Amino acid sequence: MTIKKEDVKYIASLAKLKFDENEIEKFTEQFNEIISYIEKLNELDTSNVEPLAHPFESNNVFRNDELKKSASTEEALKNSPSKTEEFFRVPKVINQP
Amino acid sequence: MRIKIDYKNSPLYSLYILHYTFYILHYTLITSYIRKVKFKIQGLKLLETSKYEAVIGLEVHAQLKTNTKIFCGCSTKFGSSPNSNVCPVCLGHPGSLPVLNKKVVEFTVLMGLATNCRINEKSIFARKNYFYPDLPKNYQISQYEEPICEHGFITIEKKDGSHKKIGITRIHMEEDAGKSIHDFGDYTMIDLNRTGTPLMEIVSEPDLRSSEEAYLYLTKLKQILTYLDICDGNMEEGSLRCDANISIRLKGEKKFGTKVEVKNMNSFRNVEKAIEKEIERQIDLIEDGKQIIQQTLLWNADLEDLFPMRTKEEAHDYRYFPDPDLMPVVVNEDWKIELEKSLPELPDEKRNRFIEEYKLPIYDADILTSSINLADYYEKILRVTNDYKSASNWVMTEVLKIVNEQKIEIKEFKITPENLGELINLINNKIISHKIAKDVFNEMLTSNKSPNEIVKEKNLTQISDSSELEKEIDKILDANPKDVQDYLSGKEKVIGFFVGQIMKATKGKANPQTVNELLKQKLDSKKTFNNV
Ligand SMILES: [Zn+2]
Repeated sequence: MTIKKEDVKYIASLAKLKFDENEIEKFTEQFNEIISYIEKLNELDTSNVEPLAHPFESNNVFRNDELKKSASTEEALKNSPSKTEEFFRVPKVINQP
Repeated sequence: MRIKIDYKNSPLYSLYILHYTFYILHYTLITSYIRKVKFKIQGLKLLETSKYEAVIGLEVHAQLKTNTKIFCGCSTKFGSSPNSNVCPVCLGHPGSLPVLNKKVVEFTVLMGLATNCRINEKSIFARKNYFYPDLPKNYQISQYEEPICEHGFITIEKKDGSHKKIGITRIHMEEDAGKSIHDFGDYTMIDLNRTGTPLMEIVSEPDLRSSEEAYLYLTKLKQILTYLDICDGNMEEGSLRCDANISIRLKGEKKFGTKVEVKNMNSFRNVEKAIEKEIERQIDLIEDGKQIIQQTLLWNADLEDLFPMRTKEEAHDYRYFPDPDLMPVVVNEDWKIELEKSLPELPDEKRNRFIEEYKLPIYDADILTSSINLADYYEKILRVTNDYKSASNWVMTEVLKIVNEQKIEIKEFKITPENLGELINLINNKIISHKIAKDVFNEMLTSNKSPNEIVKEKNLTQISDSSELEKEIDKILDANPKDVQDYLSGKEKVIGFFVGQIMKATKGKANPQTVNELLKQKLDSKKTFNNV
């Protein structure tokens, strides 16, 4: 599997990141290095191995349906660069008919 | 000199007649042509709609009735002040970790069991990646490749009484997003209270063939959800949401047509209307030789029409992958059996039991079991009276009339089932007539008194005492000698008039049966007397 420049551009756009041509070139190279390193794993026969969802062999970590104290509105909004007293404020998003 | 004009023989007249004849002929031809064309158009339209079939699949999101969110201990309460039920987990702060609410798993498994699903022993959570301001982590925790329930079905009953199985592809657990509020000038405001509210997504197979079937399927899902008491099922408030995937194809065709997604239908009736509209739109397009474009349409309930979503329609690439923050969920046999045991009686079971145990007509049983609360109300009446059919009649007519008029829930209905049972007993024990019972019923709507108290207080006890009634009857007969004569000469219908008069004189308290018997006796004795 080889990563092309187009793949890097696409992945960047999905992550809403912008790079110049030099950076794209560099990342393409690095992506390919990483992929070829990981590809070593394909040498193993895993046909009879159950896929691992998590590195810890554990399951059913639950909490009971019990209320815990929430943060205050003031605290919740504290890190936001744009807000009112009650709301996070973002540029207009239109999806109404 | 008089000049006689024989206009009938003039050549002009012949021309006129000829012209007129042609005119009539012409007119007849034209109208018949128009009629033919009209008929053809109507015929085509009928042909059009009958040669296609719709293929519909529904994606239903049900908010689960837990106290707290799916991955944190914040409240799920509706209507709290904005951004007050939030914490680092549901705000998506770096370093915070989700911990799964056990109740969410239990509720979802219950729904799976109630809809004949296979419960997968192991299921995992995945991240669905996309950017949207009301999704603070930039991914939604959902289930993708290994959902908790799969391959189920429910049965719907159509108007013609036929049954149809509708397949359920999968049911999975996920978290809700926050709320965007758009009418704030140049900005959109974000309230994250809803973020992390547990949702269950129920995906149907594309088995639905009409808007009616879609409506029935959705109604059935709501019925099951509310019987299990795991979701409010309120579409208007958004605790139940429904998106539809709709395509059409020629009947007999195996391949699917291009599907269009319809969203934003916020009531059961709107789901039916929107689907109907979309099917018509697609048929018209195909008939005009045009193509169906794969897109998302939003239903506008005020305009009763569909509009394309006005966001950029990028091809979605959600890059699902297992969420490393959450451990797999394992529902072993023991847990499954335990949950199975806790299943309440489901709608179909209850309906069949009502028919069997209470000997109710199917119609009654369907209405009474349409909601769990109504069924409970009915059965509570039966703790007081064993007149099953009367209880059913009172609930279906008088009770539901008020409930619908006042747009309230049966739980908010003023008259307790116990009091209604007592009222039915008062009729059956001949203490009051059915007519008086309705007055008592109306009185009970505004007071907290029991029917017994009202009857005593207002002295409404039925008069069954013959001597008292006889006095009244004599008075009426004496006052209406002409009608008595009519009766004696064979017009037996006047007996109705006498009954009416007596009921009026006793303010409806006379026992109609006793009155009837006494009247007949008295009048017939006059007959023999007359004959002698
Ligand atoms: Zn929280």
